[in-house]
Amino acid sequence: MMATGIKDKVVILGMGCSRFGERWEADVEDLIVEAYAECMKDAGIETSQIDAAWLATAKDELHAGKGGLPLSFALRLPNIPVTRVENFCASGSEALRGAVYAVASGACDIALALGVEKLKDTGYGGLPEATRGVLNSMWWANYSAPGAFAQLASAYSAKHRIPAQELKQAMAHVSVKSHENGAKNEKAHLRNLLTEEKVLNAPMVAEPLGTFDCCGVSDGAACAIVTTPEIARSLGKTDLISVKALQLSVSNGVESGFHTWDGSHFLTTRIAGRKAYQEAGITDPRKQISLTEVHDCFSITELVTMEDLALSDEGQAWRDVRDGFFDADGGVPCQIDGGLKCFGHPIGASGLRMTYEIYLQLLGRAGKRQTNNPSMGLIHNLGGAPHQNVCSVAIIGNL
Amino acid sequence: MRGITGFGAYVPRLRLTRGAVAQAHSWNGGRGGKPPAGERAMCNWDEDVITMAVEAARDGLHPLNERGASPDFGSICLASTSLPHADRQNAGIVAMALNLGEQLNTTDMTGSQRAGTSALLGALQADAGPRQHLVIASEHRGTRAGAPHETRFGDGAAAFTLGCDNVIAKLLGSETISLDFVDHFRASEEKYDYYWEERWIRDEGVMKILPRAIQAALANTGLSAQDIDHVILPAPVPQARQKIVAKMGFREEALVASHEGTIGDTGAAHPLLMLAEVLARAKPEQTILLASFGQGSDVIILRTTELIGSVSPRLGLNGAIARRRAVEDYGKYLAFNDLIDRELGMRAEGDPKTALTQLWRRRDLIFGLVGGECRKCNTRQLPRSRYCINPECNALDSQEPFAFPNVPARVVTWSADHLSFTPDPPAYYGLIEFEGGGRMFANFGEIEAGELNVGSAMRMAFRIKEVDRKRNFRRYFWKAIPEAAPQPTTGE
Repeated sequence: MMATGIKDKVVILGMGCSRFGERWEADVEDLIVEAYAECMKDAGIETSQIDAAWLATAKDELHAGKGGLPLSFALRLPNIPVTRVENFCASGSEALRGAVYAVASGACDIALALGVEKLKDTGYGGLPEATRGVLNSMWWANYSAPGAFAQLASAYSAKHRIPAQELKQAMAHVSVKSHENGAKNEKAHLRNLLTEEKVLNAPMVAEPLGTFDCCGVSDGAACAIVTTPEIARSLGKTDLISVKALQLSVSNGVESGFHTWDGSHFLTTRIAGRKAYQEAGITDPRKQISLTEVHDCFSITELVTMEDLALSDEGQAWRDVRDGFFDADGGVPCQIDGGLKCFGHPIGASGLRMTYEIYLQLLGRAGKRQTNNPSMGLIHNLGGAPHQNVCSVAIIGNL
Repeated sequence: MRGITGFGAYVPRLRLTRGAVAQAHSWNGGRGGKPPAGERAMCNWDEDVITMAVEAARDGLHPLNERGASPDFGSICLASTSLPHADRQNAGIVAMALNLGEQLNTTDMTGSQRAGTSALLGALQADAGPRQHLVIASEHRGTRAGAPHETRFGDGAAAFTLGCDNVIAKLLGSETISLDFVDHFRASEEKYDYYWEERWIRDEGVMKILPRAIQAALANTGLSAQDIDHVILPAPVPQARQKIVAKMGFREEALVASHEGTIGDTGAAHPLLMLAEVLARAKPEQTILLASFGQGSDVIILRTTELIGSVSPRLGLNGAIARRRAVEDYGKYLAFNDLIDRELGMRAEGDPKTALTQLWRRRDLIFGLVGGECRKCNTRQLPRSRYCINPECNALDSQEPFAFPNVPARVVTWSADHLSFTPDPPAYYGLIEFEGGGRMFANFGEIEAGELNVGSAMRMAFRIKEVDRKRNFRRYFWKAIPEAAPQPTTGE
């Protein structure tokens, strides 16, 4: 029997998101409770009605600790199953996938997905240093996230013969646009406006990425409660947002070990995107997708992702970016909430934070950021590095 | 009879100018006046005796590699007084990095400035046999900051293959004198030498011991000083070489240049570096006299065969000297040689403890850069894995070992990372693709700003990957470095 996919089998009953930022005053517990309280108010249920929970954290050694305990302790969950998931920076989307699949399978009526990360306990800026395993650490290059993602730019400009300076300018617009959006968002970490000039003249982090080509680093939590359309209606919900697609594609070494990848794009995003469109029944994403929240860990990541998701033609994303196609008033707004760029990237929380914004937009609850009558939103959440990564593409829309 | 069949050399690309050192120490007893001329070779932060030994050997093995021959080596001897490991065989690491196999005799030769010549002499005198032998001398010489020898010393390595066939230089005779003449010493637990007065070293040491050994070696071979075409003399003290030439009656033009002002004195490796240079230009049937000085003296007299000139290293000593990058920043020298207590930042606080169990299991990958080649689809891949990487193949357990160190590569993607900890920021790394297939996301070494592009030609080099400072353990692995020698950045 062929799999029928996830489309319209599960709806979002409620969502919550903490304020993101340098939350010097907050523990993981505080962040969890902040997101959860908003979510439960939205969902209109009691904790006792949750059958199972999925917790996303990536940097266990930093704060929350391992296992499902941090969530169960923080919310005093009634000894229900809590599964901790970790899949690099796509961990938040993995928590959602676990909860959605549990409901779709019929094993649970109501499930919770919560992602949280407390990054600002390291003593230094940027993402915490990560261990890589005893063998990998012996032969992998000693790379950082900006250094790995910066490689996209060298390959992209070589492949499409775009002068480095022109690409850098288009990348600058990615960040300027996100800050215009993020400035309107009370939950964003960075709410200042940027100019292209400021982005272009910032100190170098990993060539050609300057400081403002990189997303912030912050603390935060976000969560979702999911159930079936029937249960949602029985609880009095009328305006339902359903999951249309949930896809994950994971590198198997081909990009970094075989000769077929040119380094200028994400192999996994193309695969996950294609499958997600198929699952959701989308044939012309540039027209059918109302808006996107993508994994803009770096400006160049967002730029090439527009091509990987078929929202721009191959080699044309830098022009679309420059022409404002992904701006708030453009054809397919991207990072209408400010993105990772303005929220920062508390690893486990990000996928759910993106979903939260699309959810608000679809319900017309996005306030000053509200786009014009959206019906279908895409969430792209990526973990790892361009040459080896995990990529989640989810689509949600009105049922 | 066994003789030399090939030779190679390595000199670190970095050259610390003596002017930079003099400038830094000018407050501290500097003599003023014109800044001193010349420079010394200095190891990069990721180079040591082992990595230089590997590169010198690869330089010398180049002709064999070019012919596709897989020579059978019976022994490898690494001579040095600055070996990084006291109880872990250094020559064994070199042998693994060169993929020489397991069935060979590996030894470290150390303890004296004679170590290099003693290793070479021992290999020349050993019983003949069908297998080849490798002798490498390598030295990374240290002093305290501001010591007189700081600018006089240098780092470098030379390597020789020996065998019975295709001999380019054979042993005519030799002499060894052993005397505990303590011109300097360094106890086992000490980092730096302690030197006695130079005038005494010159008058009572060099000028008395060397002539005796040279005279005896000449007598052993029935040659006179005038018969020697190339005279290789050490330079433990300035001007001693010319005095020996005069005293012994060597032809003045026979004295081989010491490269004191380009490389510096590489200690136990130095006579062998000079020999590598002589072998590159010597004519058939010429005699070479090679002497060392350290607790006595070794003197070796060689004669070239008609095959001299038939083999040449990849770069050789002169090629290595020309591959130069001036360092005017004395602070860099201090930092690279741990002569300054330097702030490394929180990102350097990680614990790179090496799982020795894991290192042992994948020793072919880590030391030999050995990947796999699929028998079914011929796809080369790194590392060697259980399932073939080719999506059209994915065969299980289908890969034969394939060594990548000598395969040229090109840059697919790259960046210069100012965030990651590296002793010499920024950290350059990226994806490279080997000629004939196979890829690696590799650390890059020796990159100068503006030099890298997608498509840049690279070659692999055995280097220190990182140092576990807590346990003083060096992690070695392969890096990609630019193939094309950059133009010198400043004139001499």
